[in-house]
Amino acid sequence: MLTTSPEFKTNAHNALADAGLQKALAFSKPQFMARRSAAVANLPEFESLRDIGRDIKNHALANLDFYLETFEDNVQRAGGHVHWCSTADDARAAVLEICRKADARTVTKGKSMISEELGINAHLEANGIAPIETDLGEYIIQLRHETPSHIIAPAFHLNREDWEAQFRLSHTDLPVDRVFAERRDILTEARGKLREKFLAADVGITGANFLIAETGSSVIVTNEGNGDLTQTLPRVHIALASVEKVVPTLEDATSLLRILARSATGQDFSVYTTFSTGGRRAGDLDGPQEYHVVIVDAGRSAMMGTEFQEMLRCIRCAACMNHCPVYGAVGGHAYGWVYPGPMGSVLTPSLIGVDKAGHLPNASTFCGKCESVCPVKIPLPKMMRHWREREFERHLQPGGIRTNLALWAYFARRPGLYRLATRMGAAAMGLMGRRRGRFSSLPLAGGWTAGRDLPAPEGDTFFARYAREQRASPVAERQAK
Amino acid sequence: MLQTRPRVALFVTCLVDLHRPTIGFAAIKLLEQAGCQVEVPRAQTCCGQPAYNSGDRATAREIAYQVIEAFSGYDYVVVPSGSCGGMIKHHLPHLFDDDPNLRARAELLSGRTYELIGFLADVMGVETVPASYPGVVTYHDSCSGLRELGLKAQPRALLAGVEGLELREMVEPEVCCGFGGTFCVKYPEISTRMVSDKAADVAATGADTLLAGDLGCLLNMAGRLSRQGSAVRVRHVAEVLADMTADVPPIGQARAPRL
Repeated sequence: MLTTSPEFKTNAHNALADAGLQKALAFSKPQFMARRSAAVANLPEFESLRDIGRDIKNHALANLDFYLETFEDNVQRAGGHVHWCSTADDARAAVLEICRKADARTVTKGKSMISEELGINAHLEANGIAPIETDLGEYIIQLRHETPSHIIAPAFHLNREDWEAQFRLSHTDLPVDRVFAERRDILTEARGKLREKFLAADVGITGANFLIAETGSSVIVTNEGNGDLTQTLPRVHIALASVEKVVPTLEDATSLLRILARSATGQDFSVYTTFSTGGRRAGDLDGPQEYHVVIVDAGRSAMMGTEFQEMLRCIRCAACMNHCPVYGAVGGHAYGWVYPGPMGSVLTPSLIGVDKAGHLPNASTFCGKCESVCPVKIPLPKMMRHWREREFERHLQPGGIRTNLALWAYFARRPGLYRLATRMGAAAMGLMGRRRGRFSSLPLAGGWTAGRDLPAPEGDTFFARYAREQRASPVAERQAK
Repeated sequence: MLQTRPRVALFVTCLVDLHRPTIGFAAIKLLEQAGCQVEVPRAQTCCGQPAYNSGDRATAREIAYQVIEAFSGYDYVVVPSGSCGGMIKHHLPHLFDDDPNLRARAELLSGRTYELIGFLADVMGVETVPASYPGVVTYHDSCSGLRELGLKAQPRALLAGVEGLELREMVEPEVCCGFGGTFCVKYPEISTRMVSDKAADVAATGADTLLAGDLGCLLNMAGRLSRQGSAVRVRHVAEVLADMTADVPPIGQARAPRL
């Protein structure tokens, strides 16, 4: 997928001015936050489950090679196939090859962020195969030729009226008097259209929330049932997953499932949690004839052993972005690549390079809310800071910031000189700002004063005043009081 | 008697030094009232956060070393800021992960460092302060103080004892105000949007005064409120608790002309 991450500032500027987007953000964000709080409040052991979740993923990552090979053995034992892909190109080729062997003309798809990352749809289309997104949000995004703006709610940026307008545009057989009053009407319309696609599809592609090593199963969680229809109706099921999705046991997966939906949508459990193990066996009533798992690295293994390894614990719940005030202000598209919000601000530089995604780890106040809600306790602000360190080392930040920082650091390392300089600065500023108590514009401070006044300092520095008071009332005397 | 009073070093913070010294004097008054012997090491400048959060680890480390040198040997180090307090308590030791000796000294310092209000309530056991402030206040929980240092109940408990003061909570007192150190000048549009949301939350409470424990956030919020023409007074919580609001006008407001 192409990136506009280098244009983050422009993207953010446009996003802040986009009334429709702002309306959608204001509508959806508080709901996600309230639902998660309620779900967490209802589960007394939630906090200890976060520790368990972190430990499960840490253990899996520390033994990643072993669990991936165990997974492969068990998939094969169940009659399935595993395809190893180091790069996005390899993965696209593997998917295309499976589809070609199946003589596929149409492919249904469950919601999958790795598919977005790999650009599976564009690759299939370019090779004459029609991909059809079946998740409601992904479906409308596909109709609009957009990318998801959120990792679990792809159409987070849209309002109800946008859905209606798109259906009226794309579903040419839609009667003009059809009413779209509620969410249900939207669902009904999409379901009617998708039903025939499910039945006609030759291949179904899903992602995987977890790969379970001990059973060779892939797991998906969905709320609409589209994932199940995608992976059971066609002749071939392809599960796409990046390497870090593997967990050792069924029990580990179920422990993580207890925190996943609660963190994501505030549900105790998703409506559907589906385990796929191999294809259809003799005597099975349904299921695909072939079961393929395409396991993709695409940059993950390069994060192993670095300060960004902990990012690979991520279970893609979206709690970080749901609670992020920056995401809440600009939405997901501003981030410019597949993964928005705090998790994206760490992951995107890892996968496409910090030279392209350098804004993302900087566009954070380090408020720490993301880390406080992360179900697997990923230290997101700490890792964003590590990216800033890499940028500093490589001189990737804007020159002005570096110069200002160097000037400040020069004085901060010399307390005597610092005292003198601050004293003069504060006195001058204090004098200039005395009449109004604030500045509404100031040279070199445009970034601050564009949206707010700069309160004027008192005029004295603390140390100047303190020294004066000490002289007037020596320490010994003060202490005797 | 002198021996029983803890020796407390005040870390003034660069913003308080430069911008609003009264907060430093309010901190001294509160600490002395609580029975501490307060000293202000002269070799201090900044905690190093601007460098640390800009990715300049080498400079951050040099400044951190300076902090360790200047603040060794006290019973406690107290900071009137959750952000600088969190820097010294949680981040500074990691700058010396490669040097066991300095790491140990940094850990020692970390263990003795507290944010002002948390120190008064949790260490000195202060339950009430002799102060009065007639007005309706709302309290913003600054991010580092809240999430790194666990400050939430302490300022509210002390404010509850201030004569004439009524506390009215915002809907989202824990949401970031958009300051974020250099964030506010690197991404001013996003920052302005965030502080506007905060200002709206403040206004909706009907409070006449906004308090918080971090001067960076306070400058940001005061600047936005005054730009909007709001009459809300903005102060550091220590000014109210130390009963020093008569000493200095609210942040961003002019001193009343002397008659």
